[in-house]
Amino acid sequence: MLLEVNELAVSFGGVQALNLQHFQLEDRELRVIIGPNGAGKSTFMDILCGKTKPDTGSIVFNGKPTRGLTEVQIAEMGIGRKFQKPSVFPGLSVYENMLLATRMKKDVFTSLFSRMPAGVQEKIEAMAERVGLTSALHKQAGALSHGQKQWLEIAIVVLQDPRLLLIDEPAAGMSDREAEKTGELLLELSKQHGVIVIEHDMHFVKQIATKLVSVLVNGKLLMEGPFEEVKNDQRVIDCYLGRVNAQLEKL
Amino acid sequence: MQLKPAKLINILFILFFAVVLPVGNMLGLVSVNSISLWGRYFCFAIAALGIDLIWGYTGIMSMCQAFFFCLGGYCMGMHLLLKATALQQQLLPEFMTWNDITTLPWFWEPFHGFVPALVLSLLVPAAVAFVIGYFIFRSRIKGVYMAIITQALALSMYLLFLRNETNLGGTNGLTNFKTLLGFELHKPGTKLGLYLVTLAMLCVAYGCCYKIVHSKFGKVLQAIRDSEPRVGYTAYRVLHYKLAAFVVAAALGGLAGMLYVPQTGIITPGRMDVKASVEMLMWVALGGRGNLKGAVIGALLVNCVYSYCTSVFPQGWLFILGMLYILTVLYFDKGFLGLFEKIGSKIGIKTNSERYATGSK
Repeated sequence: MLLEVNELAVSFGGVQALNLQHFQLEDRELRVIIGPNGAGKSTFMDILCGKTKPDTGSIVFNGKPTRGLTEVQIAEMGIGRKFQKPSVFPGLSVYENMLLATRMKKDVFTSLFSRMPAGVQEKIEAMAERVGLTSALHKQAGALSHGQKQWLEIAIVVLQDPRLLLIDEPAAGMSDREAEKTGELLLELSKQHGVIVIEHDMHFVKQIATKLVSVLVNGKLLMEGPFEEVKNDQRVIDCYLGRVNAQLEKL
Repeated sequence: MQLKPAKLINILFILFFAVVLPVGNMLGLVSVNSISLWGRYFCFAIAALGIDLIWGYTGIMSMCQAFFFCLGGYCMGMHLLLKATALQQQLLPEFMTWNDITTLPWFWEPFHGFVPALVLSLLVPAAVAFVIGYFIFRSRIKGVYMAIITQALALSMYLLFLRNETNLGGTNGLTNFKTLLGFELHKPGTKLGLYLVTLAMLCVAYGCCYKIVHSKFGKVLQAIRDSEPRVGYTAYRVLHYKLAAFVVAAALGGLAGMLYVPQTGIITPGRMDVKASVEMLMWVALGGRGNLKGAVIGALLVNCVYSYCTSVFPQGWLFILGMLYILTVLYFDKGFLGLFEKIGSKIGIKTNSERYATGSK
């Protein structure tokens, strides 16, 4: 078991944002979380990566509890996060972005004095190839298109070599072709890492949801199951209908 | 190897200040006064390098650099004053006698020797910055709050140093220095020597800063400026990095102050008030922040113009500085250096930053 969450709850100003009874993820599993706006999907990821502190509950990652640890400690344990809004270092080149992310000793003295470990250059070039940024390696990250920034951020997270990748809306703002490529990349990544993906785009979910899909509504887990089962579930359809997002019906 | 414009500027700079000016001085073409003036500008440039590191590269607006500058200055000033006192065969500096103090306060004791004074003028600012920085950065104080808290610190320290009870000369500060390592400070030869030492230290400081900002450490600093949370999720301990940058900046300030005092002959709390720190920020903003050359050029140029303007039309200086600042903010946000680069690219010299933006190697 890579991740096990029990009785996790957090509220903001009296509003219960998340109240999760039980959630678990196998190693090398790709899980998609869907749910209407405000269902607590991003909050869940915020808690997992240490950005938000939960009120109650337990999180066990890779056999060790992570509650109360800082973002850095959690990142060191092997949880990488990609945010909904691309968060890269716009002032640095794509190469430098990837260099900073790559797994190595990250204390002040190492950064100041030691040379780059062997193999890092190749690792970065291989990753750039994988996300299609080879020709943009020496461009400033701030000058990239939105889709390219999304890919760069995925590359940043993957280069940290985490056990668990938290990917928040990777296909947002991408063309269909780009989204498909992203989906292929995520499927490939799930062969080596545990991956949790939040997504709204049902075409995209259909592409990547090879195993389970979890549905979050109002901070609670509504159901968990294969995509076909989830999409035909009456409760899930009810949740999505009556809202702007009626994509489920169309499928 | 082909000579790049950036390298050419460095060589021209050193050639002019290390050869042309001193030789001109020996031939009697350049006055000792202007040599000494440039020596002091170099001190300001060193302090500006520190600001560029913490503000330009890391994005932390520290408004107490002048305080660190003065800490270094006071350390050196205490040593010089003790030497002068010994030369006049007195036991205590004059201001202490005036204040009815009969024994030398304990914290003056280490400053009898030159080497301890030298080390302390770097160590004291660095240590103070470490303690203050640790609490500020641990509480995740950022942005405008950081500016306010450092400004408050500068003000409170200014008020502390103003007091006679602090035993650092109060409002009048420390003055009446006579010798440094046996050289008489008022002699032209000593002044030229100090000028050259300061120039050398500026080059060393520039070299160190250059190494720092081009190392991975420097990239992390820029990453903190761009997107601090992302740095944390990438498993860097932001606190350590900010603290290291803050301490290095403070030590540079101390170094600058230490070199400044023997050349000026006086250090007073007036050098560390809030205005002094703001002025230092302005040098960097006008020169071009996030660029080491910009910091140096800004400090030198603004002080040059300052000296010129205050002698020609004393009342106008602040208006000129204000105008320059507004123009910089409105039209060339990369400062003088950005302006030069723009002009350079118009006449066909391709600069580093452009090559960077277009992505060619």
